[in-house]
Amino acid sequence: MFKGILKEQTIQVGIGFVFIVVLLGTFILPEWMSNNFMYGLSRGLAVLGLMILWRTNLVSFGHALYYGFGAYAVAIAQKYLGVTDVFLRILIAIAAAGLLGFVLGFILRRYREIFFAMLSLAFSMVLYGLLAKAEFLGSTDGMSISPSTMFGFELGRFGLFYFIGFVVILSLIFAHAYLRSSLGHLTTAIMDNEIRVEYLGYSVEKAIHIKYVISACLAGGAGGLMAAALGQVDPDSMVLWSVSGELVFVTIMAGLGNILAPFVGAIFFEFIRTYAYEFAPQAWQMIIGGTLLAIIFFLPGGLWSLFQKINPFKKEKK
Amino acid sequence: MATTEILKTTNLQKSFSGIIAAEDINISVKEGEIIGIIGANGAGKTVFVNMITGYLKPTSGSIEFNGKNITGIKPREATHIGVCRSFQVSQVFMSMTVKQNLMIAMSLSKKSGSALLDPINDDILSKECDKILKQYNIIKQKDLVVSTLSQGMRKLLDIAMAVVGNPKILLLDEPTSGVSVEEKFGIMDIVISALKESGTTVLFVEHDMEIVERYVDRVMAFYQGQIICDAPPKQALKDKKVIQYVLG
Repeated sequence: MFKGILKEQTIQVGIGFVFIVVLLGTFILPEWMSNNFMYGLSRGLAVLGLMILWRTNLVSFGHALYYGFGAYAVAIAQKYLGVTDVFLRILIAIAAAGLLGFVLGFILRRYREIFFAMLSLAFSMVLYGLLAKAEFLGSTDGMSISPSTMFGFELGRFGLFYFIGFVVILSLIFAHAYLRSSLGHLTTAIMDNEIRVEYLGYSVEKAIHIKYVISACLAGGAGGLMAAALGQVDPDSMVLWSVSGELVFVTIMAGLGNILAPFVGAIFFEFIRTYAYEFAPQAWQMIIGGTLLAIIFFLPGGLWSLFQKINPFKKEKK
Repeated sequence: MATTEILKTTNLQKSFSGIIAAEDINISVKEGEIIGIIGANGAGKTVFVNMITGYLKPTSGSIEFNGKNITGIKPREATHIGVCRSFQVSQVFMSMTVKQNLMIAMSLSKKSGSALLDPINDDILSKECDKILKQYNIIKQKDLVVSTLSQGMRKLLDIAMAVVGNPKILLLDEPTSGVSVEEKFGIMDIVISALKESGTTVLFVEHDMEIVERYVDRVMAFYQGQIICDAPPKQALKDKKVIQYVLG
């Protein structure tokens, strides 16, 4: 699966990109800017998950379900099991979201288009309702997360940033390996022609289910990282429909052209939001909406299409 | 010629909301035979093909393949046991190149389990793919996106994708429909010679009687969901019922 993957241009550029972002965030930029990079990298994982689904023409309006589930898994593991180790936290977040995705995938894999989108949203709102009512999970106030540790030592902000960079690189490698495989190529094949895929002897529902679980794991990982970075989880900032909407928003804005696009898009979004809120606190949503409109009108392939116009590896779509 | 029976249907019937599309279809096909299925539009030819390949579930009756009951089988299960098909309207991946289409078909037929996670572009598969593209005379178009190809090319690709799974029996639904007069014999020459070479049993739906006469061992003529004639082509095409209901 991973044979020769480090020699691939996408991965080399991806590692370089993450390396630069982490360097900028830890040594050069002020903290508020650095936070945008850190949150952008983390949320980019969830957007990557959405992008993988989107390439099969499946748009999830409820991916905050997994994002929030991963985040709450970290909080619950800390509260009831005392888990603060960052490796364990991310593994728990990914496993919890993956398991939920596996179970719900049996239902969702049968639906397409708007039904898939709205059913995803419905599941996320069920979780939101449960979390908002669950007093033992902090209800609408949520739960606080203590600083992460590694091998018993507190990680600190920089340490966490490095760890996020490490997780993003691993995710890029995994996503690229998946998308270049026979199974990954079914992503586009299913979008083109489900009947032919069935007649080639492979179950379309199974392929979608696998894709859905991968996507859920990525979103759960993003939630776990964000929980560790923010030090707080609550239903409004982790599971509400508007969080799912933001993830869809960033996916459109980033474009589907490359696995790096979600991270570029997510960082760009963090900056747009920060500046919009800074300069127009009463109308920041309008600025964000205007940005999306501009991208749809002038860059229909998303931000990544801009890179494709100017970069030398535009033919490589992975 | 081999005489082993590969496909048998007994009292096969399909109805849609009370309207009978296929009725009392009893056939027996021997290994290696090439059979032409003819009939006017709406005679039940495609319904028959769809039932054999699992696209439609019969209302009643049974289908046996190599002595095993496969009635109501799912399309992918049909492919797994060696019952493959091509379509009246080519079912290919339009946004991909010709080679990508065939590579996907080949990797799904040759790999399983964790091997499906290996990169699709392995050298052995790629060489084998080029060989098949050459055999089907679409090697020059291998890097073209399928949506830019002619109907004839798409048909060839559709058939090539069905064949890479090494089917025991192949059902071709109007392989020359939508194909220009100049292309159709060329396509059938390529397809039939490749299938004869591999010993594949072939059933193909066809409206063009020149094609039927030239390539098949046997003709099954459909009319109003029933088989009205099952005979060698010379005999079938002179049959009174066939002339009246099929050839007009």
